[in-house]
Amino acid sequence: MSTLTLGRGRVPARYLPILVTGCLFVAMFAAGGIRYEGFASGQVILNVFIDNAFLLVVAVGLTFVILTGGIDLSVGSVVALSTMIAASLLEGPGWPPYLVIPLVLAVGSGLGLVMGYIVHAFDIQPFIVTLAGMFLARGLCYTIGTDSIPIADPAFTVFAQTRIDLFADLWISPSVVVAVVVVLVAAYVLHYTRFGRTVYATGGNEQSALLMGLPVGRTKIAVYTISGFCSALGGLLLSFYMLSGYGLHAVGMELDAIAAVVIGGTLLTGGSGFLLGTVLGVLVLGLIQTIISFEGTLSSWWTKIFIGMLLFVFIVLQRLFSGGSRR
Amino acid sequence: MTEHILRMSGITKTFPGVKALQDVNLSVRRGEIHAICGENGAGKSTLMKVLSGVYPHGEYEGEILFEGERCEFGSIRDSERAGIVIIHQELALSPQLSIAENIFLGNERARRGLIDWNRTNYEAGELMRRVGLEENPTTAIADIGVGKQQLVEIAKALAKEVKLLILDEPTAALNDDDSAHLLDLLRGLRDEGITCVIISHKLNEVTAIADSVTIIRDGRTIETLDMATDHVTEDRIIAGMVGRALDNRFPPHEPTIGEEALRIEDWTVYSPSQPGRKVVDGASLTLRRGEIVGLAGLMGAGRTELAMSVFGRTYGVNISGKIFKDGKPVEIRNVQDAITHRIAYATEDRKRYGLNLIEDIKRNISAAGLKGLARRGWVNEYEEYKVAEEFHKSMNIKAPSVDSVVGKLSGGNQQKVVLSKWILTEPDVLILDEPTRGIDVGAKYEIYTIINRLADQGKAVLVISSELPELLGLCDRIYTLSEGRITGEVPRREATQERLMHLMTKGQE
Repeated sequence: MSTLTLGRGRVPARYLPILVTGCLFVAMFAAGGIRYEGFASGQVILNVFIDNAFLLVVAVGLTFVILTGGIDLSVGSVVALSTMIAASLLEGPGWPPYLVIPLVLAVGSGLGLVMGYIVHAFDIQPFIVTLAGMFLARGLCYTIGTDSIPIADPAFTVFAQTRIDLFADLWISPSVVVAVVVVLVAAYVLHYTRFGRTVYATGGNEQSALLMGLPVGRTKIAVYTISGFCSALGGLLLSFYMLSGYGLHAVGMELDAIAAVVIGGTLLTGGSGFLLGTVLGVLVLGLIQTIISFEGTLSSWWTKIFIGMLLFVFIVLQRLFSGGSRR
Repeated sequence: MTEHILRMSGITKTFPGVKALQDVNLSVRRGEIHAICGENGAGKSTLMKVLSGVYPHGEYEGEILFEGERCEFGSIRDSERAGIVIIHQELALSPQLSIAENIFLGNERARRGLIDWNRTNYEAGELMRRVGLEENPTTAIADIGVGKQQLVEIAKALAKEVKLLILDEPTAALNDDDSAHLLDLLRGLRDEGITCVIISHKLNEVTAIADSVTIIRDGRTIETLDMATDHVTEDRIIAGMVGRALDNRFPPHEPTIGEEALRIEDWTVYSPSQPGRKVVDGASLTLRRGEIVGLAGLMGAGRTELAMSVFGRTYGVNISGKIFKDGKPVEIRNVQDAITHRIAYATEDRKRYGLNLIEDIKRNISAAGLKGLARRGWVNEYEEYKVAEEFHKSMNIKAPSVDSVVGKLSGGNQQKVVLSKWILTEPDVLILDEPTRGIDVGAKYEIYTIINRLADQGKAVLVISSELPELLGLCDRIYTLSEGRITGEVPRREATQERLMHLMTKGQE
């Protein structure tokens, strides 16, 4: 099953998962459009972006980590910690946003750097290191405060309420712009830089990457730092969206992000996958939520059930695709 | 009671594209120590896997008679039930479990489903006494040395009431004392009536311990000799192991030998897993530009370990010795240093260490030399594609395009990708570890042609190979390595398989 023949062209196996996700997205959108009045509009898709911009940014960072064959369970907690730090500093001592935002990004990146260093230097499974990071960041939220802290900073509220009008009544929020920029930069880095190549090479075969003299250790530390940075940025976007900081924000979000990356066709074992896939993965997750809210009668738990079923399908698909080349 | 405990006849085992065993016969008499000798890849281990049920009945042709009965083993469990136990070179012990637990693993001393720990430890103690292992049965395997672990394996076999014990290279990883103890133990077991089959490269041990020897070459039985009546010597075994004619499998080559490119002096490397064991012991060698030099040695001689320790210390601990590049002493601490000093190493295990199998050809080729294709971290994809296309043509890589995934290519084409990758780093010195392993004959010829071409470009090439004819056909000079030490240096005209095999099996004085 190395290639799939589609009309005249042949699609290499590596593009298959992303193609499947793309088709799934189109099919879901078409089904929604047929079933519900007012579903088939561009704004529905844009709303998915608006509601999930923070998840998209977090999933981009996680894609780097998963491409090296690692995992980062701390992203949800770092998101919550970021909202907490931002809200408390803006509201308590009344720091200006231009100080708060860099600080939040630095804290997230720093946490990622430390976890990446531990993973590399002590050769410990990323699962357990980032699990520790997850508890740590979540716990730190409550040292700041146990209740939700509302954000009234004018810059944040403006950012939250701004609508950027596109053509024909369509609009997006500034968060979407941030997320799209993150996606583009990340895709460019992954595809066109030596660092990006080393990420793929490390995930594809770490031992061979080492024997080629590639800077595997540095790369591993870097991807966790990137993931930490993206989580902090996702946290800022979430605090724009929610206009509050709270220790219970983004509980279980790391699992949504992992699901999005996997549904986007990135191999959990590393070495294969695309950022475009991650974007599609986030869109599929968002569209499931949209469909369920359009349905009206279904409980929101159905979202989880659909995500669960999709994940099963995708990991089996991945097994089938990768089985051929990993003998 | 028959005289022969085991008769294997007409055993043929085919892997896709290769006949690993062809009409092999093996008869082992009851209560003897029977040695099997042959070069690396001759088919010894395959034969033992057929016997022990690793390759189940139906996957091979031929007949196995054990204790006079026809056997059709479907799995290792079946063969063990019949009383055949194989101890592999890589010991199959669970490191965190105790000695006693390991001895009875899968064969637990239990009462009504619960482990009887008293009986387990008591019986383990009894078995350990039989094999001369003085340890507490509750000691973890990870805390005892390889020599003692080997004894645990034998105790485990005894626990299963073994009739025929097969040992694959039992002394390869052992020091002299442990080896001597093991050989004594095998003699003792023979006197207790346990038949042993031993696969060994150490011919002095074979002549010392075996009652008869079967020689296998190229997947066929050559002969079975009785040590006593046939007056078998090491020379006699070597003659049987190598007796094969060289045919025209090598492209002709006239070397133009230039200046010294790489010199290694007094190179010593210790094993990272067994503290204190020297894997490479005071080795010195010189490579000159335009010269193809061979490094011959049997399994476990330290060839790969020598190469990898030189190549950026990717193997071993407590490495000492000097490296001179173009006559100047250099310090090589990691792979990047090695590449900077224009040294390349193509591994013997392409799939595990040499390639990213899920990636395409162009990215595999560019992986090590990406620096030259990038400016300030940004990869010039057009240049990368062009370079990959050039190698695609010049190396004759048979694939539809450079976008093809490497994992789908044949062994020969994968090897060409590996070579392309290293040539792109513009090395002066190429170390090629088993460059033709798992490659069919036609592709081998192409690889030899490429190696000749590299030498003609003024590069120094070191070829590590288990196939003596390959070294004789390809190399201008051959070093032999035995137990980590360079035991000889033979120029092409004086080299014969017999002479090399002598040097390769030379033990410590």
